[in-house]
Amino acid sequence: MENLTTQMAGVPLNHYIYLCAIIFTIGVIGVLTRRNAIVIFMSVELMLNAVNLLLTAFSVHSNDPSGQVFVFFIMALAAAEVAVGLAIIVMVYRNTKSIDINVLNRLKW
Amino acid sequence: MNIIITISITAFIVLYAGLFKANRALLPLTVVGLLTALGFTFCAWNGNAVHFGMMQTDNFALAFSGVCIVGTLLIFLLTQNYFAAKSSNIAEYYTLILFALAGMIMMVSYKNMAMLFVGLEIMSVSLYILAGIRKQDFASNEASLKYFLMGAFSTGFLLFGITLIYGATGSFDLDKIQAYLVDNSKSISPIFYPGVILMMIGLCFKVGAAPFHFWTPDVYEGSPSLITTFMSTVVKTAGFAAFLRLFASSFAPLHDFWVVPLTVIVCLTLFIGNVTALFQKNFKRMLAYSSISHAGYLLFSLIVLSKNSENNVLVYAAAYTFASIIAFAVLILVKQKTGSDSFESFNGLGKKNPLVALSLTVAMLSLAGIPLTAGFIGKYLMFLNVMGEYKTLLVAFAILNALVGFYYYFKVIVAVWFKDGAETELSTPGQYKVVLLVSVAITLILGIYPAIILNLI
Repeated sequence: MENLTTQMAGVPLNHYIYLCAIIFTIGVIGVLTRRNAIVIFMSVELMLNAVNLLLTAFSVHSNDPSGQVFVFFIMALAAAEVAVGLAIIVMVYRNTKSIDINVLNRLKW
Repeated sequence: MNIIITISITAFIVLYAGLFKANRALLPLTVVGLLTALGFTFCAWNGNAVHFGMMQTDNFALAFSGVCIVGTLLIFLLTQNYFAAKSSNIAEYYTLILFALAGMIMMVSYKNMAMLFVGLEIMSVSLYILAGIRKQDFASNEASLKYFLMGAFSTGFLLFGITLIYGATGSFDLDKIQAYLVDNSKSISPIFYPGVILMMIGLCFKVGAAPFHFWTPDVYEGSPSLITTFMSTVVKTAGFAAFLRLFASSFAPLHDFWVVPLTVIVCLTLFIGNVTALFQKNFKRMLAYSSISHAGYLLFSLIVLSKNSENNVLVYAAAYTFASIIAFAVLILVKQKTGSDSFESFNGLGKKNPLVALSLTVAMLSLAGIPLTAGFIGKYLMFLNVMGEYKTLLVAFAILNALVGFYYYFKVIVAVWFKDGAETELSTPGQYKVVLLVSVAITLILGIYPAIILNLI
């Protein structure tokens, strides 16, 4: 563990920020352009994982464990969200036989 | 702390009561639990206790907790015959609403960003389920999926913002972040600024401020009316309290930086909310857009930060919450009778149902901001606060929008009193009467004698 943190700290912090910003942006673009509910959902997870990576990097660089504890919170709550989210997607699939979000157009002004 | 524990334990007891088919005991148990929580809120007043550096029950948190608990209590009283007609597992509805309330109490009293995130997620996950709880109804499904995808997306922004702020300051604690800003006012880390903006985007999604509002009308329309009531009143209040706690205290030293995007958001929200509400044919959807415009007025208080900002938001949120509860209660009654929530179904309501029509009138007047109602006091305080720095154009714009709002609120009043309709007599259960009377009383008392709430925080 000690070895791992020194190795992580060996990479400059800027690189982590750039990498995470790129992963996060890929996630955002995925949410905005994709039409399949599951792929959108995967893109959201990608955003959350970018956050997790960045939190860990900051935590190691500032020698402060609270950032890594926060990562556990995010993982736990993301798992709860997955459970509820997949249930909702299954519910929609049962009624429409599709998980394409273009079917969600009955409520319009 | 006691408040959250009481509410969570009540939620579990209600769940078990449902397991043993004690359906008649659900409402009394919930009401007792919530009244106990309200009692703890009063006991902790002026205590300003900090719990493990994570939560701070100062008067701000307690006042907003009080509004949320009372609002939820009134909404629970509206459940009479509502859920039972639709589903046999009513205990789950009660439990989920209670869990959402526990999340909200965390949101209004956090001292650490971790608690903001946890509270927000507890609330949101419960609401995703509640929005889609009518499994066979397509509109409910759609509302649930939209709410879920947008909610998860906005959580991503919020978290990235929190992370960048953590990277800049090395802490999640609100006081330490503020101390960092004050100490390093000349050399704030460049990653702090995008952090603030991302957090603002995430929270604007949650409270439904334009341009991040597009999910609101669909979700509010598709969800069951009672859940919409909950989402547009109590949940919104909690969201604003969370927003305010962060921006009015921790980020206050950076006010000059974030006030610019915030002003744009406020103007857009007011304009889009009011103008789109004009064109609605459906009462429920009109209320959804009106809730967007009220989000604009609530954010208005952050444009000029003064010692009154927090109290102004409390007054406005209380006024808006109780007026909206009346409006939705009447909507539920009308929809049960006529099966439709368009404006036409309100025609001629006043002839046979004076109490309901009168309450609806008071609610509409309060939402529009007519003097002698709580809504007027709320709007007056907001505008007065911003006028303190002579931002005349902005206040003029907001007042213009308030005038636009008069049109669609008065459309309802005209329909109720002056138009000829089917003249159906609504069956108003006793609990609905209680809710209507209590909400009307609060709205009028706050409007006539506002001193009781003005210096609360």
